[in-house]
Parts: sequence; structure tokens; C-alpha cells
Amino acid sequence: MKILVAVKRVIDPYVKIRVKTDQSGVETQNIKMSMNPFDEIALEEAIRLREQNIATEVIAVSIGSDTSQETLRHALALGADRAILVRTNKSHTSLDIAKILQKIATQEQPELILLGKQAIDGDNNQTPQMLAALLDWPQGTFASKITVNGKEVQVIREIDGGLETLSMTLPAVISTDLRLNEPRYATLPNIMKAKKKPLDILESDDLGLSLKEHTQIISVRAPSSRSAGIKVDSIEALVDKLKHEAKVLS
Amino acid sequence: MSTLVIVEHNNKHISPATRCAFAAALQLDKDPVLLVAGHQCQAVAEEAAAFAGAGTVLLVDNPCYANPLAENLTALVLSIADSYTNILAGSTTFGKNIMPRIAAKLDAVQISDVIKIIGKDTFEHPVYAGNAIETVKVLDDKKILTIRTTAFDASSESQNPCCIENLDKPFTDSKISFVKHELSKSERPDLASAKIVISGGRGLQSAEKFKLIEELADLLGAAVGASRAAVDAGFVPNDYQVGQTGKVIAPDLYIAVGISGAVQHLAGMKDSKVIVAINKDPDAPIFQVATYGLVGDLFELVPQLISQLKAK
Repeated sequence: MKILVAVKRVIDPYVKIRVKTDQSGVETQNIKMSMNPFDEIALEEAIRLREQNIATEVIAVSIGSDTSQETLRHALALGADRAILVRTNKSHTSLDIAKILQKIATQEQPELILLGKQAIDGDNNQTPQMLAALLDWPQGTFASKITVNGKEVQVIREIDGGLETLSMTLPAVISTDLRLNEPRYATLPNIMKAKKKPLDILESDDLGLSLKEHTQIISVRAPSSRSAGIKVDSIEALVDKLKHEAKVLS
Repeated sequence: MSTLVIVEHNNKHISPATRCAFAAALQLDKDPVLLVAGHQCQAVAEEAAAFAGAGTVLLVDNPCYANPLAENLTALVLSIADSYTNILAGSTTFGKNIMPRIAAKLDAVQISDVIKIIGKDTFEHPVYAGNAIETVKVLDDKKILTIRTTAFDASSESQNPCCIENLDKPFTDSKISFVKHELSKSERPDLASAKIVISGGRGLQSAEKFKLIEELADLLGAAVGASRAAVDAGFVPNDYQVGQTGKVIAPDLYIAVGISGAVQHLAGMKDSKVIVAINKDPDAPIFQVATYGLVGDLFELVPQLISQLKAK
């Protein structure tokens, strides 16, 4: 079984986000970038399935500028067998990304596509479901456990209020949630080996897709900030404030 | 310009998130249509018909909708989508699962987590864990939106029930089937809509010690939440998680115990009316958003708080 994993280069989760003063977006110059944490979980799951001899090949794909090669090399160091960069300098909506991934899926014919449930930049939580729709494949979103049984896969999903188990036939699209696994770190020998693994570059303009403008970003602003309140020095003082000042306790 | 709201329910009751999505729909349309797809869910349709402002309720009662599979519901919505300009649902795991599938089939974008409707095609939504607010204009004819429930007040007003129209439209997909649910059984209020929430973080140290949070919550009739660190450490299940990748809530009172206040946690609770932080580190970022902060050992302070509340 071939697995395709989509990985996105995003601002590192521990970097403080600064909105540009002209409200055109957020500051990305000279800022540490990382693989989207949920995509790392997706990749880890794919690698584990290959280690269990359930998968035969893990292909990492990323869509972005040349700098995304760094993210793909990281994926190769973690254990992906090969990588594909779909090169573009445009910013794309989730729908465009899903259309590009659909093209790659048609070329590569994977039986399973794993993606993080959301990227921590746009926080959209859309691409996996959109890709499943375009391919007309079943979807298992927010997975916390994946069990492959021949042509069937069982997915335990994190839903509001608990868990849901679905059974679907392959090929399928699965999006990964936090508790699915704990991703490994890349070792130095594997980082060295990754430099020799194949990384193909495709131009997004050569895929034969006609992507149209669906949105227009009007502005990106900083949220109104919440000011810090006061420190109290005892539980008595706290309870008093909650009862008589904030009036949230009776 | 008509608007469809997809009702989230358990075949008995409507989820509070749907009321918030409906409140948003009323800003786009004077009489939105509500779609209730389920099995043996007449009571849900009747509840929806009494929503003040509801134009029509479409009821599709069929065993294939007993559980909300995205594949089946997408096919159903597509079969009626021609009649609607706006399609909305709450931004819950239900809405997040289904809406992008519908949008892609309609070749339309989706705007996730809408917090403000500026005009018929222009919306505000948070990005980067709420550290930036994007205003976006949708150029597609259809507007597919998930609604951040904390940003729209659910109306409790009712009306004389509007008409309930039965549709016979079963859709199934042989490629997927529902196996089972394991829902957390809790006597406590729902985390997403509770007035008071007590959350614990890594400072609680273990699942055993996390019970202190539950004891405090039960005393106040509150829901229990947790930081991602507490979920990662296995103290509590993931559906307790408050934050960028968990639930976004805005209760009247949020008490954060042993939570440092990572950006991704703040994204889920910083719109709470009153925030209390109890943490031993005086420099913890949680104090920057707390209305009332108390520095000290939670294992001394929380039992004190419990006995103080019991004493009254």
C-alpha cells in the first residue's frame, strides 16, 4: 500500500505572531518555520504503517515556494521514501490545495492519504475533507486511532463529547488529531541519508489546473487585546472579588 | 438570497452550536431554512420550527442519517443546494467534518470560524490561533460558512412553529459505515456552553490529582476543561481540550489551574468574561489575560477554595 502524506511549512508554533502594520498579513520574514505539527503526526503514522509492513511506500508532498524543500527534507529524514514539491509562489485557498493534491493523487495512485487535521497558520481545517470530496473517497477526520485490515480501515475519531468509530474501504483520506501518536525526532544519520533521497519538483502551472480567484483578503489585523487584571493574595480575597466585584459567584 | 442552516442534533435535542449558527444566519436572511437530517427525530424538527425567525424546517427522517456521516449528509445537501446562497453550520466537530466536503463539491471556498458578518459576502475570522483576524470577501456565488459559536449569542426566543416539510431523500455510500460511539458520560454541563469552566493543566501532575479540578467543578456546577499539555500527558480525554486545536469557549467564569497559558490555549478561552488564574509561576503568560491572578501552590490553594465554597 502506497501512502501519500501532505505536509505544510508554517510559522513555528512557538514563534510569537506579529501582524504587519499595513494589515496585509503577518510577518514571515526572518522567522523560524517548521512542519505543521499535525502533519508531523500524519507522517509519523504513515512511517509506522510502513514499519509494520502494512505500507510499502510513503511519499511526502508539499505545495509552496522553494523553501518548502527544507520541510520535505525534514520529512525524508523522519522516514518518508521520497518527496514531491509542487512549486508555486501564490497563496492558495484550501480548495486550490485540495485540487492540486487531487492531481498528485491521480498520478501517484495512493491507497491512503494522510493529512494533519488543520494547519496552525490558517486554522481552516478544510483540506482533507475537500480532497476526499474531489476524489469521491470516504473520509475519516480527526483520527486518534487508525487500524488497517486489508482493504478496510477503521478510524476512531475525536468528536465533541467523545469518540466515534467509522469503518471505510480504501482508498480513503484520513486527517490526524493530536493523540494519534507522538512523532519521532530525526536522527543525524537519517538527516544525512535524507539528502540522497529523491525529491521531485513539479510546477503548479504545469498541472493543467485552472485555479480561479475565490476570495479577496481585505485586511489582516491584530485582535483587540485583553488587558491583565489584578493579582489577589489569598483565596478569601479571590472569592470576595468573584462574588462582589465580578458577580459571577453567588 | 436564501440561507440554509444545517442542524446538529442527537435525534433528540438540538446542539447549542446550532442556535449560534442560526443567530448568524439571521444576519444574512430574515427567514433562514433549517435542515434536520436524522432518524426518528421529529422532536428535533419541532424544536427547530419554534426558533424565532425560522422560515421552514426541512425534515429528512431516514435510518441512513441516524449518525451524521459526512458522505451521506453531503449528498443530501447537494441535492437541495441550488436553492440556497448561504449554507451555515456551527464550527464544531460536526460542522468542521461536513462543511468542507459540501463546499468542495460546489466548487466554493469555505470560511471557517466566522466571528463577524460584515456584509453579504464579507466575513471576519481568526487565523494563527486568534493572533490575527482576517477580513475576507468571498467571490463565489455560494457562501459556505462555519460559525464560531462564542461570537454569536444564541437566541432563546421562540415563535409559533413554522412549517415542517418532509423530504424523502435517502443517500448512502457503500464505502463507509458507522461502527460505534463512545460518548463521555458526564453529569456536568457541556463544556462548549457551560457558564463556569474549571480547567487544569500540566501543573496537576497526574490523572489522579486532576480529580481536584473535578471536585471544584462539581461544587460550582461547572464543566471541566484542560490544556493541551494535560491531554498530552494523559490526565484527561481529548474532548476536554480547550484551545486552538480543541474547543473554543467563552464562559462567564473561567478558572485556569496549573495552566501556564501557551498561545494555543489562550486561543480557546481568552474571550471568557472573567478569567481566574492559579499558578505557582508569577511570570506565567496566563496572568497577562487573567482578571484575577493568584500565585501559589495549587495543591494548597484549590483545597482552600473548595473548603471556602463549602463553608458558605
